[in-house]
Amino acid sequence: MVNYGIAILLLPLMAFVVQIFIGKRLPRNGDWVSVSAVALTLCLSLAMFGVMLVKYDPEFSVDETWTWFDLGSLQVQIGILIDNVTVVMLLVVSLVSTLVHVYSTAYMEGDLRYSRYFAFLSLFTFSMNGIVLANNLLGIYIFWELVGLSSYLLIGHWFEKDSASDAAKKAFLVNRVGDIGMFIGIMLFFTATGSFLFRDVFAGVESGLLSTEILTVAGLCLFAGAIGKSAQFPLHVWLPDAMEGPTPVSALIHAATMVAAGVYLSFRLFPIFTPTALTVIAYIGGFTAIFAAIIAVTQNDIKKVLAYSTVSQLGYMILAVGVGAYTYGLFHLVTHAAFKAGLFLCSGSVIHAMHYAYHELHDHESDPQDMRNMGGMRDKMKTTFLTMLICTVALSGVPFTSGFLSKDAILAGTLSFTLHHPEHFLLVLFGFGAALLTAFYMFRLIFMTFYGEPVRREVYDNIHESPSAMTAPLVTLATLSFFLFFTLPYFNPFSDHGWFTVLIDSRDSVVPGHLNLTAHEIAEGMHHAHTPAMLLSILIAFSGIGLAVFMYLQKRISADHIAAKLSLPYKLSLNKFFVDETYQRYLINPSLILARMIAFFDWEIYDKYIVNGFGKVTEWFSRVVGIRWDYDILDQQIVDGVGRTTGFFSARLRLIQTGKVQNYLVWVLAGVIMIYVFQAI
Amino acid sequence: MVDLNTYLVIGALLFSLGIFGVITRRNGVAVLMGVELILNAANVNFVAFARFGGMDLSGHIFSLFVIILAAAEAAVALAIILNIYNNMGTINIDEADQLKQ
Amino acid sequence: MDFNILSWLIWVPVAGALVIVALPRDKKDVIKWVAASFTGLQLIFAIVLWMNFDKDFVGFQFMEKAAWIPSFNITYMLGVDGLSLPMVLLTALLSFLCVFVSWNIDKALKGYFSLFLLLDAGMMGVFVSLDFFLFYIFWEVMLLPMYFLIGIWGGPQREYAAIKFFLYTLFGSVLMLIAILALYFTCGRTFNMIELMATAPTALDTLSWWGFSGMKVVWILLFIGFAIKVPIFPFHTWLPLAHVEAPTAVSVILAGVLLKMGTYGLLRINFPMIPDGTVWFAGALAVLALINIIWGALCALAQTDLKKMVAYSSINHMGYVMLGMAAVVAAGAQHGSNSAAAQLGMNGAVLQMFNHGTITAMLFILVGVIYDRAHHRNIDGFGGLASKTPIYAGVVALAFFAGLGLPGLSGFISEAIIFLGAFPVYRTIVMISTLGILLNAAYFLWSYQRIFLGKLNEKYADLPEINGRELFTLVPLAVLVVLLGVYPSPIIDVMKTTMANIIELVQVSPLMIMP
Repeated sequence: MVNYGIAILLLPLMAFVVQIFIGKRLPRNGDWVSVSAVALTLCLSLAMFGVMLVKYDPEFSVDETWTWFDLGSLQVQIGILIDNVTVVMLLVVSLVSTLVHVYSTAYMEGDLRYSRYFAFLSLFTFSMNGIVLANNLLGIYIFWELVGLSSYLLIGHWFEKDSASDAAKKAFLVNRVGDIGMFIGIMLFFTATGSFLFRDVFAGVESGLLSTEILTVAGLCLFAGAIGKSAQFPLHVWLPDAMEGPTPVSALIHAATMVAAGVYLSFRLFPIFTPTALTVIAYIGGFTAIFAAIIAVTQNDIKKVLAYSTVSQLGYMILAVGVGAYTYGLFHLVTHAAFKAGLFLCSGSVIHAMHYAYHELHDHESDPQDMRNMGGMRDKMKTTFLTMLICTVALSGVPFTSGFLSKDAILAGTLSFTLHHPEHFLLVLFGFGAALLTAFYMFRLIFMTFYGEPVRREVYDNIHESPSAMTAPLVTLATLSFFLFFTLPYFNPFSDHGWFTVLIDSRDSVVPGHLNLTAHEIAEGMHHAHTPAMLLSILIAFSGIGLAVFMYLQKRISADHIAAKLSLPYKLSLNKFFVDETYQRYLINPSLILARMIAFFDWEIYDKYIVNGFGKVTEWFSRVVGIRWDYDILDQQIVDGVGRTTGFFSARLRLIQTGKVQNYLVWVLAGVIMIYVFQAI
Repeated sequence: MVDLNTYLVIGALLFSLGIFGVITRRNGVAVLMGVELILNAANVNFVAFARFGGMDLSGHIFSLFVIILAAAEAAVALAIILNIYNNMGTINIDEADQLKQ
Repeated sequence: MDFNILSWLIWVPVAGALVIVALPRDKKDVIKWVAASFTGLQLIFAIVLWMNFDKDFVGFQFMEKAAWIPSFNITYMLGVDGLSLPMVLLTALLSFLCVFVSWNIDKALKGYFSLFLLLDAGMMGVFVSLDFFLFYIFWEVMLLPMYFLIGIWGGPQREYAAIKFFLYTLFGSVLMLIAILALYFTCGRTFNMIELMATAPTALDTLSWWGFSGMKVVWILLFIGFAIKVPIFPFHTWLPLAHVEAPTAVSVILAGVLLKMGTYGLLRINFPMIPDGTVWFAGALAVLALINIIWGALCALAQTDLKKMVAYSSINHMGYVMLGMAAVVAAGAQHGSNSAAAQLGMNGAVLQMFNHGTITAMLFILVGVIYDRAHHRNIDGFGGLASKTPIYAGVVALAFFAGLGLPGLSGFISEAIIFLGAFPVYRTIVMISTLGILLNAAYFLWSYQRIFLGKLNEKYADLPEINGRELFTLVPLAVLVVLLGVYPSPIIDVMKTTMANIIELVQVSPLMIMP
């Protein structure tokens, strides 16, 4: 198993290296290198998946650790952990990745940096597999940043557009904010337990190495990484902008896999979250779910709607972790990966067609992503329409789909949690409210895009269905949106009971002091809440759909009318609650101003006046000492003064030197007499 | 009564005369003569000390030395004065003051 | 004694300088190749040294000792340990590469290369000398060629920059000299560093100067001397100026090697010789490190001159080194005898010294590449170059990502283990300084965007791609950056024994044991 894991990890990396160095010189720009590498990882993942099904053991787990480097008193260890979760995640990643690779061969055809694009896709697949396979916090952090890198590179693929390069930078930086929190969390755990390995950290927590307060803080710090990567409020701002990247990238990275990494991390770390931390997590998830859903309702860019929908669904998953139904969070991750990737790829297909049509008409002004420019496309793009409809139904949580199963379970978990803690009733409102809005905005999308009259006839005439390299992945993903694939070996479309729930078992919290409910208690509570939650969620899904039918299909209620009536909420939603503007105004601009001020101070004031001031003072002092004191006073006055005095006296004394011998003789005589006189005295 | 004091007084007189001559005379030759007087004053003293002061023969020998030296001195000094005369056309020593710049 | 490899390391470049001086002025190619071959020979010696180095030996290896000025007990004594070996490698590698970076120098080639080789010898001497007097001589020897290299071959403000650099560092040297003499007279009149490490920790205890503890005064004097080289805030402002004005190769040497001398000096001299002072000052050192990190990053963020931005990034990165060094006290009893944390911090510090040497060298070379072509370095004056010069953009991306500490590249490991080491002792400081890694990302990505992304600036529509010679200077560094990012053991294994020894030496301080 571990060898499989290593192979899965390294194959895409090799593809990346080949592509980046010689991709351009290979035939077809080397796309086959990447495609075959990820296809191979898919085969390997399938094989692992098969083994897992055959074993059918919830406790299955292989853990292998190596010393990365050795500091003497400390070995830094990294390793690979393969359990059922890993296998499922690997399958999800490699499946979506393979489909996206195939899809991209058509979607990106003729692109200027075709081989580079595939190189980065492979790099992403490598890093994502790394996150899934890591058995330690440091490893997760490393690959965490690497997926951030590939996300940066791929969002900025069309970097000639300023919006794309801005979005790429924003994605990286916003993620780094979360990563800093995550790193602090890692430091807290490492300091307490002396290891990065999950098992050591868990054991350390269980034996009470961290006090409850520290554990709460440390858990939330780690969770900050998930907030960033999974685009939870308040760090959600990068994900909608990330839609500047090519659509297959959005499907792979920003819908199915990378953004789900945060959920995966929270899933892995669930046992160490304290109740307080979990409550915070639940609120962040629940709030994000409803918040993003509200924004999605008013967006007109087809990818923006999907992006906010992704944020909202990720909020669901996080909510599931927060309320303790964390295995269902992972379940939703898996089901969502299929239908949301499908939705993105479908939207890509639509955009591709629109783009082509505009291209034919030499129209470079119109936005091929704006739903207001679409309409009535279902006749022209039958496959795309059907697959997108299936995925939409799944996302809306209609029975017989996978989305119904997972979303229903999360709602049941939330309901059960609120029954336990009635003070957290808001979470239920968030959950069900978001479900309503989800059904509504998704069908709004369907109706605006595929129904109604085409806005421009000539555009409509130029619309064609996409090539089979693009539709085949759509069909695959749409098929996977049915309940059956997740409930096997059972056939009950209303119960999530199946291989997934058996193999991916929830574990008890390791937080000491029995603060958390046990897994059994949570399951018990969910079981009770299941039926009401299910009925409620079906009702809500259908009312959402019904509302969309009224407003956008039958147009009995005018959307504009409502918008005018609810102008304040409408404006808030349309402008995404001004979060970006707030950050720009209150965080980014002040930071830049601070940076400029500090740089100015450093260079223009500190260096110029203080450092150079020392020089100036020294210079002044040297002038005082060297010129005023040394030359003027010491040299001119004192030293030369001695000379001048001597000269003065010598000029006087010289007068007695007459040059006359007789004068001298008189002096001699006087001298002798003096000596004589003195002697006598 | 001729005793030591008599000789010394004579010597002192001679010496004073010599000094006086050396100091006051402008004529180079006269100055030389004053020098001779001083030397001979010394000679008188030497001889007197030889006779009364126990210097014995040494006094005599010294005075002989002085006489010889005086002769040599006179020869050199006269040569100098001759040279001064040749160079300046005078033997007035006041005018031979080139040492003073 | 069989083969005095350390002496060869020092005197080979000196010989090269002499050969170049003897060559006729107009044989430009010969001069360049002579410089290249002598530095290449030095690099080979350095690699041989690294391969023969005994990783588990505590103390100094390849020792050479000869009497020099016996009346003052001054000796010619050389030796390497795990602290100096990475620096020796770095010096030899960067000197060799910088000869090729300087290939296009036109002005007074002969003088340039002879001074350059002299500089090389001086740096090498600092890292291998074990006699304090010799150390000081090499320390000063380095200044002279540096002064001329900046002052003659530099940019428009070169004379101002050269004088500032010279005076500033000389100021530090003078303080250091005082401290050296204080050590000399209090520790039995010896300049021998090994003896000083044994005697100084206790000998200074009783020293009192006008009521001040002599130990602290000596520590501070040495510290200021080294802090100016690092440079530690507030002694840092010579650096942006000197880096910006110096020719590319000299900037590379300045940032890549000279800055490391400051931290090397602290680790070689302050830490083992005056452990009390080290423990006493460690907290302040961490605070200074924090200031360096944040201040440098903020200043870098605001720059419009690319080279100045890189220069400020050096200030920021050297802050991490100091943070790691401050973690040495984690091994003390009052911090729970957490020797693992001390190990992490100290090894991280030296690893970061090495990594910063390679990364910043890449950055400066890359800035030089664009400056040679566009004749300016204004970040806002470019735009969209990635579509014109993809290879160059790719290498810059690698260097920038290494600079912002991306995992998988060398900067990450050293920064991460520094943080991990310092965290148990300086929790708040480390938490604030992690902001530095966000700011790092901000300034690198922002400038990358402004230079390489967006629409191609029409002015640079025919900008030539990076050429083979420039790639030749960058590829070894890039390989090292990636290699050490994935597998840092080649450097860590060399130094960990020495680091453990230094930690132990610091641990003898009574301040470490007293709670």
